[in-house]
Amino acid sequence: MSDPVVDNAVPSGNSSVAIPTDISGQILDLDEDDDLEVFSKGTTLTEGSSFNASMQTSPASLINQYKFEEEEEGDADTKDIFVTVDNPESIVTAIETFVTYRVMTKTTRSEFDASEFEVRRRYQDFLWLKGRLEEAHPTLIVHPLPEKFVMKGMVERFNEDFIETRRKALHRFLNRIAEHPIFSSTDDFKIFLTAESGELTSHKKQGPGFLSRMGETVKAVAASVRGVRNRPEEFTDMQEYVEAFTQKIGSLDKVSQRIVREKKEHLEELKESGPIYTLWSQSEEELAEPLKRMAGCLDSCCKETEEQVKELNDHLIPVLHEYVLCTETLKAVLRRRDNIQADFEAKTEALAMKKADRDAESKVLSLAWDSLVGRSPEEVKQQKQQKLKGEIKEMRVELDKMEDRMEWANNALKSDWTRWQKVMRTDLRSAFVDTAERNVNYYEKCLAVWESFLHSQRTEAEGNGKVDSS
Amino acid sequence: MADSGSEEIAVIGNTDLTPSESENNLKNTMVEKGTSLLKKMEISVAEAEKRTGKNAVNMQETYTVYLIETRPVDAASEGTNPVPDSLWRRYSEFELLRNYLLVAYPFVVVPPLPEKRAEFVWHKLTADNMDPDFVERRRVGLENFLLRVASHPVLSTDKIFYSFLTEENGWKETVFETGFQAKADSRLKALNATFRVKNPDKRFAEMKHYGDELQSVISQLLRVRARAADRLYGVYKVHGNYGRVFSEWSAIEKEMGDGLQSAGHHMDAYAASVDDILEEEEHYADQLKEYLFYADAVRAVCRKHELTQFELEMAAQDLISKKQQREELATGTVRTFSLKGMTSKLFGQETPEQREAKLKMLETQIEEGEELVKERKTECDEYVKSAWVDIERFKEQKDHDLREALISYAIMQISMCKKGIQVWNNAKECFSKM
Repeated sequence: MSDPVVDNAVPSGNSSVAIPTDISGQILDLDEDDDLEVFSKGTTLTEGSSFNASMQTSPASLINQYKFEEEEEGDADTKDIFVTVDNPESIVTAIETFVTYRVMTKTTRSEFDASEFEVRRRYQDFLWLKGRLEEAHPTLIVHPLPEKFVMKGMVERFNEDFIETRRKALHRFLNRIAEHPIFSSTDDFKIFLTAESGELTSHKKQGPGFLSRMGETVKAVAASVRGVRNRPEEFTDMQEYVEAFTQKIGSLDKVSQRIVREKKEHLEELKESGPIYTLWSQSEEELAEPLKRMAGCLDSCCKETEEQVKELNDHLIPVLHEYVLCTETLKAVLRRRDNIQADFEAKTEALAMKKADRDAESKVLSLAWDSLVGRSPEEVKQQKQQKLKGEIKEMRVELDKMEDRMEWANNALKSDWTRWQKVMRTDLRSAFVDTAERNVNYYEKCLAVWESFLHSQRTEAEGNGKVDSS
Repeated sequence: MADSGSEEIAVIGNTDLTPSESENNLKNTMVEKGTSLLKKMEISVAEAEKRTGKNAVNMQETYTVYLIETRPVDAASEGTNPVPDSLWRRYSEFELLRNYLLVAYPFVVVPPLPEKRAEFVWHKLTADNMDPDFVERRRVGLENFLLRVASHPVLSTDKIFYSFLTEENGWKETVFETGFQAKADSRLKALNATFRVKNPDKRFAEMKHYGDELQSVISQLLRVRARAADRLYGVYKVHGNYGRVFSEWSAIEKEMGDGLQSAGHHMDAYAASVDDILEEEEHYADQLKEYLFYADAVRAVCRKHELTQFELEMAAQDLISKKQQREELATGTVRTFSLKGMTSKLFGQETPEQREAKLKMLETQIEEGEELVKERKTECDEYVKSAWVDIERFKEQKDHDLREALISYAIMQISMCKKGIQVWNNAKECFSKM
């Protein structure tokens, strides 16, 4: 699976970069004009699911211009960026051991300096990217990353299967980002795909980092305690949906894993029966041949079952698992949206209180202190009024900004929510369709095995002149 | 086949075999309908019923009785619809019949009864003898037993067997009157005794060894099969959970709802289908079990041969030693060491009269000995002949039946695969509408 080590920085134009065969020849030439609306169809390279997204290449006019069309089969791919994650390698340094993955990009987008890039990234880098995207767009839904650490089943970090599962998940993650109209046009994404390791490290240090994220979390916790007053109904609906969906997807995940376990155990028993028939055939004469064939059939069915289990593990289980992780993201997004609204409501209240202060001030004469200090009541009143007026003005400006921010966040969430639902539907549909198809294949193969057994026995019976009563 | 005193049965009425029963008959046995009793008589174990009553020690007990129905074969063709003759028997009576047959026809591989207690069960089946599924499978097994006996060239002619089928009352007494019980006890003793045979018929030794292997291999198979059935049950039933979750999930989705809901139904159907599958597999297990028990019967026949051979060898041995004694006495020489010779040397020779008496006795014994050896030789040869005939018959039956069993297993698997293909194709269609 691992290719020979390739230079970490392969600049554009180097034709040694391998292009996945299913996308070569499908990259269209696009106009350089930034403002041109481009219709493009996203294709994930692994799952084969697809959806349409019209993309605005300029970041300014964002959410409201999203149009999402129904999946159309047979359209030419108009995706303008292709990303793959492969070629995991262990790196051993004095301090630590970790795995890097090769991230290859092919793109025709104008904001990229070249059309091909190859870099190496480690899990931490992906984590960084995710954090940046979430920070910049708190109410947009970022596809989940594979978990940092899997405790159950005692999976070792450097175990081949674990690395491969992680690689696939990272690949999916990056592709989802690439397909997202907003995320894929962020600087962070671009840098992630193109920067050499040194460049990336220094860029990472620049932006708000760990501490600010800590701050976010603390704020979030505080805000969730505070609560939102007038949450619009649609967001409450979303919340309820997310709660129910969390339960369902969790159950599906568990059920699927249980099925895999049961199948594995069934397989273990099945594996024992073939050899017994073989053993039996050694004591028999006439029966030796059918018994040996029987053993062969059972062995074949075992192989098919093994294949079926592997495919479940490789395809269905990871997808379900990702959507379990998604529910955490959804909950966080809704929480953040709530916080933004809570902040706004708090500020609104503060402004109202300040206004009330101001109104109250104009009525009350706090003479006593002021005469003590030696200021004339009129002077003091003026000063106070001015101060309050200034404060109120500031607050109003703040409040307007916050209102904008809140509206923006709400709209962003609404659009992305629709988008997410479409993606989820596509992903889960194709995962289940594929699983059903694989199960059909499994049964068809087993059917063939047993039919050939039957055929062999019938031909033999005819050959021996025996009468067949079946 | 010799037909000894079987009367025509006048019956009125009609019992057709239900389709499942005919199916069972065909599946269970390759019964040679052309021979013997079955030529004239249709036999079936039609029903099972629970009874309660007092047993031998006056305690209340519950037991199951089985209805044996018999009907002359040509009744149907005559256009009349005769009611079959019927009587009720319980399992212990079947056992009695079989024990009698074992003793009366030691050279026959006597068909086995279905198991007394459920063994090699997987979790869904209980080991409870009163469980209706177990009772049903036993009913089928008992019918199979009767058909096998009725189609056996030798066994089918037995009068006790015939009256088992036709005489409800007093049958037990008739059996005991044959005095077989005494023979049964000695037979059991002999079978379990250890002795060494010098010249067994090689074929029987091999056959006994084969019986051992067959028993071992089938036991292993049955054990693995039971465990595999457990697992398969789990796999299918867990899919039922998909059905439940899909249904619940469809309630919160707008566009996906319909597809999910209908897919869920197919998952339920898939989960439910395992019950039929495993029931059919149980049938296959029963066919294997029959031959597991047959292995025992084969071993018994081989053992009996060893016994007769051993007795022959003992008699021959005895004869030889007696002849030697005579020779010694006649010639006065001691050829082989014998205690008598030693004592006579020590204590002096016998008188001529004593010697004469001894010689005369020995002559008689030798005569008797030779008769015995001749008898035993004939017994042995006859036994070998008739037993081997039955063993050959058994081998052919076994090869045929087990091959058919394998074929029906394959047919079962094919049906299971086809069902699976159908369900998952349906599910796929529903999923694609999600």
